[in-house]
Amino acid sequence: MIRHIVRRMLQLIPMLLGITVMSFVIIQLSPGDFLAEIRLNPIVSQETVDRMRTNFGLDQPLHVQYLRWLTNIVRGDFGYSFAYQVPVLWLVRSRLFNTLLLNIIALIVAWAIGIPIGIHAATHQYSWSDNLLSLFSYVGISTPTFFSGLLLLFVAFKTGWLPIGGMTSLDYDLFPWYGKAFDVARHLVIPVMVLGVLAVAGLTRQMRANLLEVLRQDYVKTARAKGLAERVVVNKHAVRNAINPLITIFGFELGGLLSGSAILEVVIGWPGLGQLILDAVVRKDLYVVMGSLVIGGVTLVLGNLIADILLAYSDPRIRYD
Amino acid sequence: MTEAVGDQGSGISHGPGEERQAATSSAQPPETGPLTRPQPGRLPGTQPRTPLQLAWRQLRRHRLALLGGVVLVIFYVMALVADFLAPYPLDFSDRERFYHPPAALHLRDATGEWHLRPFVYATRLVDPGLRTFEADRSRGYPVRFFVRGEPYRLLWLVPTRVHLFGVDDPARIFLMGSDGFGRDVFTRIVYGSRISLIVGLLVVAVTIPIGMVYGGIAGYFGGRVDNLMMRVAEVIIAFPSFYLLLTLSAVLPATVGCATRFYLIIVILSSIGWAGFARLIRGYVLALKQFEFVLAAKAMGQGDLRIILRHVLPNTSSLVIIVATLTIPSAILGESALSFLGLGVREPCSSWGNLLSAGANLINLSRSPWLLIPGLFIVATVVAFNFLGDGLRDALDPRMRTG
Repeated sequence: MIRHIVRRMLQLIPMLLGITVMSFVIIQLSPGDFLAEIRLNPIVSQETVDRMRTNFGLDQPLHVQYLRWLTNIVRGDFGYSFAYQVPVLWLVRSRLFNTLLLNIIALIVAWAIGIPIGIHAATHQYSWSDNLLSLFSYVGISTPTFFSGLLLLFVAFKTGWLPIGGMTSLDYDLFPWYGKAFDVARHLVIPVMVLGVLAVAGLTRQMRANLLEVLRQDYVKTARAKGLAERVVVNKHAVRNAINPLITIFGFELGGLLSGSAILEVVIGWPGLGQLILDAVVRKDLYVVMGSLVIGGVTLVLGNLIADILLAYSDPRIRYD
Repeated sequence: MTEAVGDQGSGISHGPGEERQAATSSAQPPETGPLTRPQPGRLPGTQPRTPLQLAWRQLRRHRLALLGGVVLVIFYVMALVADFLAPYPLDFSDRERFYHPPAALHLRDATGEWHLRPFVYATRLVDPGLRTFEADRSRGYPVRFFVRGEPYRLLWLVPTRVHLFGVDDPARIFLMGSDGFGRDVFTRIVYGSRISLIVGLLVVAVTIPIGMVYGGIAGYFGGRVDNLMMRVAEVIIAFPSFYLLLTLSAVLPATVGCATRFYLIIVILSSIGWAGFARLIRGYVLALKQFEFVLAAKAMGQGDLRIILRHVLPNTSSLVIIVATLTIPSAILGESALSFLGLGVREPCSSWGNLLSAGANLINLSRSPWLLIPGLFIVATVVAFNFLGDGLRDALDPRMRTG
């Protein structure tokens, strides 16, 4: 088990390097730099611009810039935000926390709902409830998060049941800690619903397909022939095996969720990584874009690693190969 | 996988589990199975069906897939004849009717008399703040079909002035209301379908050849080549796709025209989308190259490239069709998300995504909820593609065939 994990982690190194190279290259493709805007400002003298160029290392050849940036990243220094005048890591850290908070809660909700629904759909194949559920999941995976987010905001606005957008209320700072938690929880309802529907829909479909596949296997027949109750056959024998592939797609699911939540964050004003990156892209805040891109990639890669470890834990065949 | 293109809807439908399935199902590629080969000297009437006929037979039983197909045909026809369907030109704006609610069609006039032909009333803005309009009930304007209007070329060929429907001035027929510039939302949706629907097709047209050749080469040669090529592809897959999309769209020059921007968006979506697709093909080819027909081709002394192109890749066709059908909607979602955020197709061009961004303002939205209608078109299209894709998956996979 340990060996498996170590081997997987070593495999991550070229991947992480690739992520940084890719992020760097994309930014270099971008026309103009942050200084272009400053250069247009008549108050700023040419000397200041030149000094900033040197300070930020923008006058160095590309590979030098990259290596310098990379060594800094490894030390945990993601550079400095031109626009906010604070270290990138400082910006990204709080945003990443908010994004992860949203996504992890959405994932937990999705698994808690999606798996039982998937089991129900598979054990009642082609019943009216199965058909209804699959229709629901088709619509669920097909609805862009910015659209469902807008719809829910619209409902919240009309009914006044839930706060519209943001992560906290205006008077958040005045609340005691439990009030704060409750406030954030209320703000979480809409985004978690949006992302939850997306993830539940996918999970349900996958779980249904897996379980149907497993229920056709010989060992399920054997279990039934032994006279086990159907409940035991399904829950003890079939479901356990049908869940394994879901763990594998956990990483992909996380990627889909991070992407979906990026747009949603913009729509509902959730102060997350997606919002930050859009903001930075628009302002051409180079280091923030690069930093968020790298952090986003690393988060996803780590998500996949966790999925791998969980899979190795739950499926011994993986460990010994 | 192809969630590299869109934000969702894929990855779920063909995750790595699927990849494994694809690899095992290649144990009996449909094209090489003895059952599907037509045999000479059979009794008349017992002609074995071709794989295509079998697939069609199966697809016909999948009612949702057929429904999806029908919806898509309607939408694509709509895009083709947009200028005929739209009552107003794309750049038409009525300076006096901002945020006009969807036109009310009446059959009964103020005097209580019934009419066979639906009609609308001319409206007048009474309160700009509350956006209330008052109908002038003294005179009805019947909805006319095949009316003469703005000249255009039907299907870019036939010059004509005939539009499907319209009403006489000064009345307006805003079927789905008007936006903040007094433009007809229905007209802009119909024109927007040209951009929103074609994005998926073009992205697939670019990613499929690239993905097939790339994945084909990696899978066929295996070993170090495979290792290197797949690491490169995996880096692209390693990012949350939308972060990559956002960043890449910043690379676009801001000052180019609508059309150029549209093509650049396609380049961006494709440059992300090919990777997941290549990986899928590679997994399939890896299994496929073990078969005798590949050995036979090698024994005949054919070149590697020729074997890949002529023998290996054609055998991936059913997988390609399925993945293509499921990649199109994620490209559509990707484009609409970018346009929604103002980073994709911009005004004055219309796409469903940028139309929806008019509804992003809650105050606006609460007063003019019809601004959400373009979103329904996005959802309907994507659902239809997913129906069709799943139906095709069942139809083209011989293991799923029912009799």
